[in-house]
Amino acid sequence: MDTPIRAREIREAVARRQASAVEICRAALDRIAALNPLLNAFRAIAPERALARAAELDARVDRANLPLLGVPVALKDNLCTRGIATTASSRILDGYLPPYDATVVERLEAAGAVIVGKTNCDEFAMGSSTENSAYGPTRNPWALDRTPGGSSGGSAAAVAAGIVPLALGSDTGGSIRQPAALCGAVGFKPSYGRVSRYGLIAFASSLDQIGPIATTVADAAIAMDVLAGHDPRDSTASASPVPNFADALAETRDGLRGVRVGVPRHLFSEGVDADVMAAFEAAIDVTRDRGAEIVDVTLPHSPQAIPVYYVIATAEASANLARYDGVRYGYRAPDARTLADMYERTRGAGFGREVKRRIILGTYVLSAGYYDAYYRQAQQVRTLIRGDYDKAFASVDVIAMPTSPTAAFALGERTEDPVQMYLSDVFTVGANLAGLPAVTVPCGLTASRLPIGLQFTGRTMDDATVLRVADVYERVTPWSSERPTIPASTLSR
Amino acid sequence: MTDRFSRSDVERVARLARLELNAEEKDLFARQLAGILAYAEQIQRVPTEGIEPTSHAGVAATLRDDEVRPSLPREASLAAAPDGDAAAGLFKVPRVLG
Repeated sequence: MDTPIRAREIREAVARRQASAVEICRAALDRIAALNPLLNAFRAIAPERALARAAELDARVDRANLPLLGVPVALKDNLCTRGIATTASSRILDGYLPPYDATVVERLEAAGAVIVGKTNCDEFAMGSSTENSAYGPTRNPWALDRTPGGSSGGSAAAVAAGIVPLALGSDTGGSIRQPAALCGAVGFKPSYGRVSRYGLIAFASSLDQIGPIATTVADAAIAMDVLAGHDPRDSTASASPVPNFADALAETRDGLRGVRVGVPRHLFSEGVDADVMAAFEAAIDVTRDRGAEIVDVTLPHSPQAIPVYYVIATAEASANLARYDGVRYGYRAPDARTLADMYERTRGAGFGREVKRRIILGTYVLSAGYYDAYYRQAQQVRTLIRGDYDKAFASVDVIAMPTSPTAAFALGERTEDPVQMYLSDVFTVGANLAGLPAVTVPCGLTASRLPIGLQFTGRTMDDATVLRVADVYERVTPWSSERPTIPASTLSR
Repeated sequence: MTDRFSRSDVERVARLARLELNAEEKDLFARQLAGILAYAEQIQRVPTEGIEPTSHAGVAATLRDDEVRPSLPREASLAAAPDGDAAAGLFKVPRVLG
């Protein structure tokens, strides 16, 4: 396989006509053909659309300023693409062809990107391992018997394996950052409202954000320059001015002097693997060496973040998934006698186990007699969690944590115990509950060569600082350049 | 804690959610949801009197003017329906009453 090329390098090569968009696109499609049988990272491939689009870009003369000119991009399968099947990895949307493109898809294409396909994910983005896909799990390119994390596991695996330099994911409780960390990629969850969610298949609307997965922070920043901004079709998309993220990275010649990095050590007392903790401590030393001031912070309510998240996310999901009823799109159970019968059988046959489990839980916490004890209480604790971050950000600029308490875990290891699976998100859900930007950047490898991720979380709408700090860290460490070695023996099969 | 969430609780909630479950799922979810709820109950120990609930973490929604704008054509809206009738412009469903 070719060594992966970065989005920025592809753009330069195509802009200078050192390579054609068609050649770049063909190479990406060849990599999909070679690697997807092993990884199951892609749900749908769109070779004709991609090649036609690439040829169109090659024929254009007014293209020099397109920031993603000729860059092959993969999209998580919960992002609507006109004419390309979009299923959120659920049987209930099997074969669904959306009649419109998500705003992020329009923005990528307007910037010169070439969409090559849709990536596998946990069904409706509900999961932390991509094992909840109705179409089989994705495998981690670093170890084929392990999960890539989730729910954007296909996007993370596609980037980590060098198939595409850039992919989009969605992050409701860590679904961009955790798989990016477990696959050795960079993953960025923007501030809530920074990127339009129009055309994202909704899971939990107060938490969902779309963001990039890339091999470098610089490429993630270029993608953010394309994705961010107001959209009249999403009332939660912020109208506040968007800074230039790529330019913000260029301001880092002074390293991290003047940057205060908060470390909430009280959260690391249990459940964090020794390899992860050692890599994290080494990463903190690097930021200190680059001039950052390290400050102890406390997030007193963060131990409650996982249960708060699972109450709120499932409640919102139970409402959002009410629309899958066999009437307007997707699967309909045959031979139902009445409308109610049709609803129940369609949903019973169309949804997988984890989705059903969450619909039941979410419906329960919203039901009469339980609403106050669970849902309202969770929303109140959410306020306290946000308040903790506000207090911490009075004295620091970013907060550093491991992205995931463990490296990639084995396929099947956690599928029988939902609570154990939910704990994968312990360091990531806080940013969603508080609406904050957060990035993961590779910070080491375990003894068995599995990637470890470092997370920086920032103030709301201060996405640029988070990316800037991660970029400085990345430039002075080797970890983003480490790539998985996919055994040749498996490739020849 | 195991009787925290019984099989009949699962059945009651599944009816509210219009979700058919088989016998195995009912037993599995009763057991697993008992465990998840036992875990989630820790939030009830947090003092929250007088704390406003957070419904979303964004800034206030940006409202647009209430004006007629182009939307999906009817045929496009009906194209993915399991039983759409483009000529009549409607989604067909089984009878409402049994």
